Amino acid sequence: MTLTAERGPGRQASTAAALTRPLGVLLSLPYRLLMNALGLIFEPLQRLVGIKGMPYLFVIPNLALFIIFAIIPILLNLVYAFTGGTSLFPANRPFIGLQNFSVLLSCDNFLDPNSCLVDLFWRGVMNTGVYVIVEVSSLILLALFTALVLNRNIRARGFFRGVYFYPTLLSSVVVALLWKWVLQRNGLINGALEGVGMPTINFLFEADWARLATIIVGLWASLGFYTLIILAGLQAIPALLYEAAVIDGASRRQQFQYITLPLLRPTLYIVFILSFVGAVQVFEHAMVLTDGGPGTATSYIMHFVYNAAFAGIAGGRNVGLATAATLLVAVVLVAFTLVQRWISRNASDDYST
Amino acid sequence: MLRKLVSLVILLSLFVAASVQVTAQEPVQVRVMADLVDDQITVFEEIIAAFEAENPDVDVLLDVVPYETIQQALPLQLETGVGPDIIKSTDIPGLSPYYLDMRPYVADPAYWDANFGPTITMANPDGGDRLSALYSDLTVTGPFINRTLFEQAGVAVPSDSSDHVTWEEWEAAAVAVRDATGVEFAMGLDRSGHRLMGPAISVGATYLDEEGYPNLAADEGFRAFVEMFVGFHTNGVMPIDIWAGGDGARNGRDEFINGNLVFYYSGNWQIGSFAANIGDGFDWEAVPNPCGAQTCTGMPGGAVFAAIGATQHPEEVSRFMDYLASEPVYRQWAERTLLAPQHIALAEAGLNWNTELPQALKSLDVFAREASNISPIAMALFTSPNIGPVYNATRDRISQIIVGELSFEEGMERIQSDIDTGLAAAASS
Repeated sequence: MTLTAERGPGRQASTAAALTRPLGVLLSLPYRLLMNALGLIFEPLQRLVGIKGMPYLFVIPNLALFIIFAIIPILLNLVYAFTGGTSLFPANRPFIGLQNFSVLLSCDNFLDPNSCLVDLFWRGVMNTGVYVIVEVSSLILLALFTALVLNRNIRARGFFRGVYFYPTLLSSVVVALLWKWVLQRNGLINGALEGVGMPTINFLFEADWARLATIIVGLWASLGFYTLIILAGLQAIPALLYEAAVIDGASRRQQFQYITLPLLRPTLYIVFILSFVGAVQVFEHAMVLTDGGPGTATSYIMHFVYNAAFAGIAGGRNVGLATAATLLVAVVLVAFTLVQRWISRNASDDYST
Repeated sequence: MLRKLVSLVILLSLFVAASVQVTAQEPVQVRVMADLVDDQITVFEEIIAAFEAENPDVDVLLDVVPYETIQQALPLQLETGVGPDIIKSTDIPGLSPYYLDMRPYVADPAYWDANFGPTITMANPDGGDRLSALYSDLTVTGPFINRTLFEQAGVAVPSDSSDHVTWEEWEAAAVAVRDATGVEFAMGLDRSGHRLMGPAISVGATYLDEEGYPNLAADEGFRAFVEMFVGFHTNGVMPIDIWAGGDGARNGRDEFINGNLVFYYSGNWQIGSFAANIGDGFDWEAVPNPCGAQTCTGMPGGAVFAAIGATQHPEEVSRFMDYLASEPVYRQWAERTLLAPQHIALAEAGLNWNTELPQALKSLDVFAREASNISPIAMALFTSPNIGPVYNATRDRISQIIVGELSFEEGMERIQSDIDTGLAAAASS
């Protein structure tokens, strides 16, 4: 019996094993080849740096990319900002200290760009200031409102979430081109206005309309992204708190004021910082939509930087001036972010106490 | 065993790769960057194909790019030494530090000296005699009209009855045509400092003072022209869309092609484009330059094909440039693109333009006459080493005056300070 038992199913199993073994060997061959090839490389390296040194070795590729694409450009930016001349090679650029900064900051009245030596930079600063204030405040309010609506149990909620998020997937250049077709002199809106016998508006060539156009297009393109962040923040608030509030007789307004807003504050802080930095960096969609015009009505700081570095301003290209402008913007952004963080932290402490 | 096998495979792969690299004889690649349009692309590609058939060891690659790329990205590429081997550019003296001297490489330098003398002078602002460039086209600025619109409006074309039509007369006629036909725009002028120069000189501008320095703030003729030009925009004669529309060069070409512009000031390089895009869709033609108080002149200009010194293949680059410069090829280029040649023997012999379109032939005749009537002030300005910063300064600041960001006086001051800054920077570099 024992023998039969061994010969019966045992024989079948060993036959199957004999059949599948070559298949397994064949399938694992590429893996073994790869491992052996890697072994040829890494074993000598491990002998060289030791097992403790290996993690650092694995970090090197990412670190190299970070150094090449982040650290070196930042250092070059610093070098250009403190040197003059037209050459792109740092070695050929004479050191001029803070001259680029003093040229940029040379103003009789900072609120009047015409009184500044480099008036185009200050026009960019003023335009960006207005853009940031309107864009960021509108963005936060609209994103909050949209997220509150989309957080409720409305019909076709998934569809609407998709609709609001969709523009975020588009490139800003594509967004600007789409809106250009809508807003241009012979565009969709003017066609509609003409169709109902109303006077047309040259949206992209009248200063106030053009400013508004860049703001609206910026809002349209980024609203979905910030809505999504706030929506995630809203969904992280425990439903238990609202249930308790309802039992305590809190109205919807009170729930929003005493539960939603305080618990959403860290999320709103992130939204504020991200949208603020994004608004200061406004460039692509404005460039495509209005190219800084009419005149310099929609010429923002990054527009000035681009023109100074590549297209030429005040008689020529000036990389030093362009990089100095970016450093000034970076300093302002960092300072603003730190202040905002400090305020937010204090407010959180107040709330937690 | 497996490890040995892997090592063997790797070694063999390396050996095969190295062998392939050593034995392959790829043609030398010569890269051309040019802002060609319409039929120019086809003609140039055919020239390349013919050259490659005769020179199988050279592979000419054509990169057709927008004009802005030539203006903005190319100088940075050239500065870093990784740019193309041959470029087409309008900034002839400005990019001269990057040019290749082809004199040791071309088959017959005397042929170049005899036929491209003015180009050699322009491409050597330091007074040298390097052979680096040949004009792709010699240009002169001037206006076009949509004669069909004039006929529809029942308005006489002023230049039909007079050789001396003023800007004001053209303005009155164009506005009358616009109002009668319902098209959107009466007059348009390319957004370019260069395009302003002919009209401004006609009105009385000199641009350069006695020392050859551009002193525009004190140039009464220039000031008078700017006042007139700004007025054209504030009173709606010219569309704000061209001159107030942000940075860079802009033109009214599309509006003219679409039959939406009565009078369009640009230059002879548009003839080929209009022939291709309008054809005989409506009657278009060039008319003589409008007159001001001083004269009636256009502004010369043009673009060159220039060889770049950083090339790894100077011999092959020079061979292709030599081919382009040869009389039959240059003739083919000019006759088929309807671009005026800057080849002395060809210009003297005359060309058989490759078109039977009456509108194009008439326009070519008009611009030939305009080229011979260019004011000495315009010629002096064209060859001045101080002209560079004037283009952008006048273009950008006049735009600001037009939209009201700067008063007239503020604009004039900014134009001058931009020019001073630009020339000082050029002098110190």
